[in-house]
Amino acid sequence: MNPILEARGIRKSYYKNHIELPVLRGVDVAFAQGELTALVGRSGSGKSTLMHLLATLDQPDAGEVWFGGQRIDNLSRRQRDAYRNQQIGIIFQFYHLLPELSALENVLAPAMISRSVLGYFRERKSIIARGEAMLDRVGLLDRKTHKPCEMSGGEMQRVAIARSLMSAPQLLLADEPTGNLDTETGESILQLLRQLNVEDGLTIVMITHDDAIASRADRCYRMQDGLLVDRFRADVKADQQSPRQRVVA
Amino acid sequence: MYRLLLCFRYLRTRYIALASIISVTLGVATLIVVNSVMAGFSAEMHERLHGLASDILIECHASGGMPDPEAHVEEIKRIVGDELVGTSVSVHVPSMLGIDFNGQLITRHVNLVGIDAVTYDTVSHFGRYLIHPENQKQVNFELREAGFAESRENFPASGWHYRRARVAYERALAEERARVDAINREAEKISSGQRTNSQLAEGDGLIDDDTTSDEQNAGPSLGNVLPPEFGGGKDAAVAARFDPAKEQYPGIILGISTCSNKLRDEAGNVRDHYYCRPGDDVRMMFPSASENPKVLNQKFTVVDLYESGMSEYDSTFAFVRLDKLQDFRGMINPATGVKSVTTIQLKLVEGADLNAARDALRKRFPPDTYAYSIQTWRDMQGPLLAAVRLETTILNILLFLIIAVAGFGILATFFMIVVEKTRDIGTLKALGASGSGVMSIFLSYGLLLGIVGSGVGLLGGILFVQNINEVAGVIEKITGQEVFDPTVYYFTEIPTILNPFTLAWVMAGAVAIATTASVLPAMRAARMHPVTALRFE
Repeated sequence: MNPILEARGIRKSYYKNHIELPVLRGVDVAFAQGELTALVGRSGSGKSTLMHLLATLDQPDAGEVWFGGQRIDNLSRRQRDAYRNQQIGIIFQFYHLLPELSALENVLAPAMISRSVLGYFRERKSIIARGEAMLDRVGLLDRKTHKPCEMSGGEMQRVAIARSLMSAPQLLLADEPTGNLDTETGESILQLLRQLNVEDGLTIVMITHDDAIASRADRCYRMQDGLLVDRFRADVKADQQSPRQRVVA
Repeated sequence: MYRLLLCFRYLRTRYIALASIISVTLGVATLIVVNSVMAGFSAEMHERLHGLASDILIECHASGGMPDPEAHVEEIKRIVGDELVGTSVSVHVPSMLGIDFNGQLITRHVNLVGIDAVTYDTVSHFGRYLIHPENQKQVNFELREAGFAESRENFPASGWHYRRARVAYERALAEERARVDAINREAEKISSGQRTNSQLAEGDGLIDDDTTSDEQNAGPSLGNVLPPEFGGGKDAAVAARFDPAKEQYPGIILGISTCSNKLRDEAGNVRDHYYCRPGDDVRMMFPSASENPKVLNQKFTVVDLYESGMSEYDSTFAFVRLDKLQDFRGMINPATGVKSVTTIQLKLVEGADLNAARDALRKRFPPDTYAYSIQTWRDMQGPLLAAVRLETTILNILLFLIIAVAGFGILATFFMIVVEKTRDIGTLKALGASGSGVMSIFLSYGLLLGIVGSGVGLLGGILFVQNINEVAGVIEKITGQEVFDPTVYYFTEIPTILNPFTLAWVMAGAVAIATTASVLPAMRAARMHPVTALRFE
């Protein structure tokens, strides 16, 4: 296995009224390049916190996070911002689109964030072209001027996926991407993610509480009470069937 | 880039924030209106005060004045140097003005000024306030034929034309009176004859007849109130030599308020009522310059009126020719021919340091040796100018406090917006936006709101100032109350000056307050932890 993202001995506690609430109690996990990995667990098991740490949105109390052979949890703020902006894409359960911006502008947001006004205007054409290509990829090019409030949940999640693809990342972190959607729409989102995984070789880490969804991943880790308890359940399946075959089926 | 896009979007979609800057808009508009009206007022006042007062005034308090003004002027030229562009000597003397108005004597205390018509205009804007257009170009103490204040409504007929008509009318009246007197005397003779015939006539009737028969000798009456020369037919010797229809006394220019009265008619319009006008004769009583002063009593012919708009000047000054006044007061030394003056006025080049020149002159003419008072025009009008300045300053402080209050409104609104946008802030940070980037969204939002708010205020203020007289007219119509009372202010219109510098600093101040108010909320947004922000419901 060639891990692109790795967590080593991660510990994280939250404090409420000076009482320590341990959320992660020494998690070691590695995510292989090109795989769709699922992190399953009940709510409160610490999976979201782990994802935040993997995305460097938060810092671990102990342990290290490695990305592409480099330790990233101790990077400077600026470097971590750049990591989130350039290397990874994040998808949330509640989509987190900016309500003032149209679909296309939401998709363009990461490119705008990484560039100055001048830089943006210099590359405007190519950036917009890429944004439209990403919207096309998720099948929403005809809705590019629509605001999030004019879209359904599934459409918003597609826009969020297009946004996460904007900076051509190597890794997608998806926090319950189907958690807020009905089964049918969730299914189409899952298929889209699998398609991205297969066609672009994108590494995807997907957090879910749904075993049925988790079972469709290449690999599956189960979390419970801040610890990784079962790391091989899905491996067997993954070995039996190649990802490409599963998409066709 | 996202910062600009987002703050423009916020500007377009958050109307509550726009509402919060209305107070900035109003504050800026009010500041601009107040500043330009105050600037207009004070510029107008400066202009008038300065125009009337010359730059530096050297006054001699001695009644006889300072002899040999030419030598003084030479000395002043040596002291002040090249900056001196004009000098004029004059005689100021307190005096009493007497106007014959419908047989009544109206007296006023005035400051009689003897001026040199040629040089006086080089030190002050004396001529421009005269009401005859020719006199405005060159002051002349000869009565003009007509053409006084043609632009002025209700200005009575004046000049030689009027004077001849008046004299003709008075003569006709005198003739008529003489004829009536003659008839009365005839009648008296007859009636007294009758009385001798009938001794039974009542005593009351007898007294009555006596009073009417010779009103000049009877107790106090209007005729005796006037100085003896006033009565037309009395001073027969003078009257014989002097023909008022063809000749005039020495010319005098009266301040308009010394001989007129501003009143409102029934319709509420302001009207001037004149006691005398160019072409009429008035009497001046003033002391002679000798060591044993006597009151001189001299008739002058009004040749023009003088209206500067400053009531202090308009109601206290009367101007005559310098040489005439010197002659009347005995200020010409009969032996040497050296003339004396009481006042020397100086005009310096634009921008010259008046205080330095004044101090140099004071050093040359120290007050413990010379009874001279040397003042700049600012010294003389200091309290008035300072009052206007203080008023402007206080109004500015108050209005900026209003904008500061508006700043707290913006602060509160911004905190609300930041709380409302917590999840978006988390999203932006998850997408790689830095804390300072998020902060600058809200800072530039505040800046933009400030610019929009004060920009609208600026436009509104400028429009208001440019149409202020129309606005005042509308308010007058609605409330029925005069906003700008010409009987009080002497200006027919509200004077305004839009100073670009004032506009700039008002704008800058308002924008700075709006931006400052957004600093705290922006810092809060910047410090927000992305995970907490993302989880925010």
